[in-house]
Amino acid sequence: MTKNFTVLYKTVIILLAILATLLLSSVILLILGADVFRTFYTIVITPLTRVGHITEVFVRAVPLCITALGVAVAYRSGIVNIGAEGQMAMGILGFTTVALALPDLPKPLLLPMALLASVLAGGLWGFIPGILKARLQVSELLSTVMLNYIAAQFYSFCLRVPLLDPAEALSGAGTPQSARLTANIEIGRITGRLHYGVFVALALALIVYLFLWKTSFGYKMRASGAERRAARYGGINVPAWVTLAMVVSGAFAGLAGGIEIAAVHRRAIEGVTNNYGFSAVVVALFGMLHPFGIIPASFFFALLIYGSTLTPRAVGVPANIVDVMQGLIIIVIVTTQMILQNTYLEDRVWHWYSAKRKLKQEV
Amino acid sequence: MDIIVNILSMTIPFSVALLLASIGEMFNQRSGVFNLGCEGIMAMGAFVGMLVPFMVGHGGAVGQGWNWLGLLLAALTGALLGLFFAVIVVTFRAPQGIAGIGMQMFGVGTAGTLFRHFVGGTQSIPGMQNTPVPLLCDIPVIGTIFFSHNLVVYLAFIFVPVAWYILFKTSWGLRVRAVGTHPRAADTMGINVNRTRYEALALGGALAGLAGAYLSVCQVKMFSDDLIAGRGFIAVALVYFGHWHPVKIMLGALLFSFAQTIQYNVQGLGINIPYEFFVMLPYVVVIIVLAFTSRNQTTSPAALGKPFNREIRT
Amino acid sequence: MEHISKRFPGVLASDDISLSVGEGQILALVGENGAGKTTLMNILMGIYQQDEGKIFINDKEVHFRGPEDAFNAGLGMVHQQYMLVPNMTVTENVALGYKQAWKPLKLDLDMVRSRVVEISSYYGLAVNPDAYIWQLSVGEQQRVELVKTLCLGAKFLILDEPTSALTPQETDELIALLKKMKNELSVIFISHKLNEVKALSDTVVILRHGAVVFSGNTDDYSPSQIAAMMTGHEIVLPENREEAVRGELALSIKDISVRSDRGFLALDHLSLDVYQGEIVGLAGVSGNGQRELAEAINGLRSIESGSIEFFGTDIANKSPYYVIDHGMGYIPEERNIEGIVPSFAIRENFILKDSDKKSFSRYRFLKNKAISRNAEVLRENFDIRCPDTATAAGSLSGGNIQKVILAREITRAPRFLIAVYPTRGLDMGAIEFIHQELLKKRKEGIGILLISEELDEIMNLSDRIAVIYKGSIQKVLKHGEANRKNLGILMAGVGREEEE
Repeated sequence: MTKNFTVLYKTVIILLAILATLLLSSVILLILGADVFRTFYTIVITPLTRVGHITEVFVRAVPLCITALGVAVAYRSGIVNIGAEGQMAMGILGFTTVALALPDLPKPLLLPMALLASVLAGGLWGFIPGILKARLQVSELLSTVMLNYIAAQFYSFCLRVPLLDPAEALSGAGTPQSARLTANIEIGRITGRLHYGVFVALALALIVYLFLWKTSFGYKMRASGAERRAARYGGINVPAWVTLAMVVSGAFAGLAGGIEIAAVHRRAIEGVTNNYGFSAVVVALFGMLHPFGIIPASFFFALLIYGSTLTPRAVGVPANIVDVMQGLIIIVIVTTQMILQNTYLEDRVWHWYSAKRKLKQEV
Repeated sequence: MDIIVNILSMTIPFSVALLLASIGEMFNQRSGVFNLGCEGIMAMGAFVGMLVPFMVGHGGAVGQGWNWLGLLLAALTGALLGLFFAVIVVTFRAPQGIAGIGMQMFGVGTAGTLFRHFVGGTQSIPGMQNTPVPLLCDIPVIGTIFFSHNLVVYLAFIFVPVAWYILFKTSWGLRVRAVGTHPRAADTMGINVNRTRYEALALGGALAGLAGAYLSVCQVKMFSDDLIAGRGFIAVALVYFGHWHPVKIMLGALLFSFAQTIQYNVQGLGINIPYEFFVMLPYVVVIIVLAFTSRNQTTSPAALGKPFNREIRT
Repeated sequence: MEHISKRFPGVLASDDISLSVGEGQILALVGENGAGKTTLMNILMGIYQQDEGKIFINDKEVHFRGPEDAFNAGLGMVHQQYMLVPNMTVTENVALGYKQAWKPLKLDLDMVRSRVVEISSYYGLAVNPDAYIWQLSVGEQQRVELVKTLCLGAKFLILDEPTSALTPQETDELIALLKKMKNELSVIFISHKLNEVKALSDTVVILRHGAVVFSGNTDDYSPSQIAAMMTGHEIVLPENREEAVRGELALSIKDISVRSDRGFLALDHLSLDVYQGEIVGLAGVSGNGQRELAEAINGLRSIESGSIEFFGTDIANKSPYYVIDHGMGYIPEERNIEGIVPSFAIRENFILKDSDKKSFSRYRFLKNKAISRNAEVLRENFDIRCPDTATAAGSLSGGNIQKVILAREITRAPRFLIAVYPTRGLDMGAIEFIHQELLKKRKEGIGILLISEELDEIMNLSDRIAVIYKGSIQKVLKHGEANRKNLGILMAGVGREEEE
């Protein structure tokens, strides 16, 4: 097999994968009777045409990136965290509770404390499925989903009762949300709603990279994920590393929630998590589970998520279309990976290709 | 007493969606495929199922036949999605867990998108009527609990022994069990492993689609984005709980729907706990049950989650 | 079969092979591991499709799209790893291929059952049709395989290494049976054990690297001539001839009991001592507790009672890390998933047990230069054939993977070594290399526990031979006392009282 062929083969497969995603999404759009081209244009291009749009894309990219980094740490350690949604919700509760309880602390003390609370709350919510998986072999796919539902209920209970804004209670409207938090927890904004959390996300990406590939901790985590039996036989305490990976993963999601409150909403309201937990799984996979892939991937998916909020008015396509596309993208990514790994198929195509070429030369 | 009868009489119809979906998932897993996309297939089934009576009657009353047509189309949709999943995980051998998550997002997303376009906001339909069993329904207590539901409920419970028979007494069931335990052996016996898995996934998908439609047509009688609310995932957990056996799965489904029905009777029970905690209850139960049953799964299909490739030499 | 070729990525598994078998004949297909014997037979059975070439039966060309077509043509194969579904009964396993019993709404198991009974009594192959496969011993499972194949109407039997898991006595029985069946059946017998080939076959075909290097009448050639043609060059495996210099007691196992994954007692009050400077071979039919023993010693499986002392330290129920830290070297059974992390680079696999050691990391930050340098040295010393040390270890051949593991374990300077089936499935060159390394270590005064099912390997290398049966040691024999016969008797569990 020549090197040129390998490159060509891989490029063609990836192009086919993109084409398959577009075609499958188009099928749904055609059922809706929507203008396929305009819909894609609205989702992918329109948000890039104005600065105001671009900052909104970045606002969504920050929680996606941080959460996806956490998902990648877990995934590399052999545990699929689809519970980031719940971990993020718990992080928000932790952050809000500290902010409401200690409103008079000075900012340099309060903000780190509140963020730490979000990290701990998220980490705790990640610890549960981690330890269940490590000690009792409970499928994390199921336990994290269940914990998402539990967290969602707990979240709405907290907003409805203990954290409820006293003003809402007085007015009787009862919108479930917390009071506006003190200015001492705010993370500053650069322009529009774009905030300094962007730099936190970038710094975390670098840290995750160094941790996973340059330290023996990361080595052990990756070994546990790549082949847990070999890792165990090699004296690595696999359950401990898997649990830790899940705690880290939850902590990242919790932190993403905390930053989201500190920088964007500044009070806990319904719908902050906005499906970021699930999207983060897509982002992590799309970024090939590597921090430097996750950074652009989170921007791309933030683009899709923001773009899809424009579609109902622009082309009459419900915003849920982004879920359809994300689902399809996951499916296509994992399928494409398997096809690229299939040396048997590649070998067969190579023989077919070289036979074709020989025929051509003879003619 | 009344409240207990009330809870129990709700437990049975509420268990049907879980029962159908988890029996379907049982067939999937017995063939060696872990379909976490069940949730998504249920959502699509729920949407398609309610769409038929809604389009015909515009939310008003329609003949019962249209409800049945909705259920049928939902099962068909489910089967097609099951086959789509088979293409991904059987033919292309994608990792099943994460592909299932993709399938779930795709199914729930598509159902939500189409629902907004074709139906719009929350619209209820009259749905399936109850058909009490003559004579038996007049027995006090027992009649109310067991014999005053809609036809799908009875059929679903009759399906439990049928599923057992299919799995253990037919050649198809034998093939399904073989490809889920030792696909290579099945292959050397001339059994088409991938084809058998396609068939099992189609059946499992059809049952999941039907389960979803049961929710929208027979139980809640409307569709919403969070209608399925994790039942697809609970169905997967039930299969573990029931050790891949239809009768034990049925018992599990009843247990979980019991936990679910409590939330509708909280006030009647006079318990002063915020209702969110009752909504949480089934999910908590799932985690606890998984914690106790996930270890020592010696009965699990040995090839569960493992794609089959004839040419990879081991 | 004529001019059969089959490609796998990177290898030509079958290269223009032609062979033929007459009615009532037994053909031995001989070759090293990896020579392409099994691939060829899988093509014959329709499991793989050939890229080129044709197959004829009774002079008619046939195209098998799958095994079913092969069954219908009267072919049947007993695979090396038995193709039986463990949680099904014998009858159900036969029913998988017995299409006549597949009624539309019912599976006619009674019909299958009577067929099983009929065939087993006709050929004198005793099987219980209602037993579950997992309840049966290896020898019984093989009988089930034969019965299954015959039930499906095989007139032409292919046996892939049928004796590899049997005791010598069971092997003799099988050979006698096949000779008897020769009147009605044709047989292709795959083996690399030349005494069996001589005893059984009429003609012999030798494969090397996927191509036929020889075919002829068995009687015309001696085993050593066949062996030479099989490997292509003379290989005389090293033997342990020097007197053992017994050092201190290294590993002392007393009365341990361990449960298997299925929950039954896999080791039943097993005791064994191994000293420095000796190789103790553990012989036995696989599945008698070997895996559990190795895992228990290495802290991978908890023990219920008894003690394991390693140079005086109690290592029972300690973590694998603790055991490794006390100087244990371990070559595990499943090299692809237990010995290496397949997706990791070769150089990363070398530090699997030492990522925290000073030589490879500082303040937990990995020293990439040291890791690469180490890998280059090991690659050189152990002759690991790979493009470079950044290659994923899982993409190497079995022999090279085993060299990676051996290199890692030996250079860690262990005080003791446990090797579990270290040469399973390897070619002669690799086997020779591994045997030499093990003997070298012994000479350096290290104790080795060698677990193997190859009696020749055990008898060649060991100073003492312990025989394991159903989780306990039957007897420990000295190097000179052991022969195939008495080992075979012990492996079959025939009481030690009678022996003594």
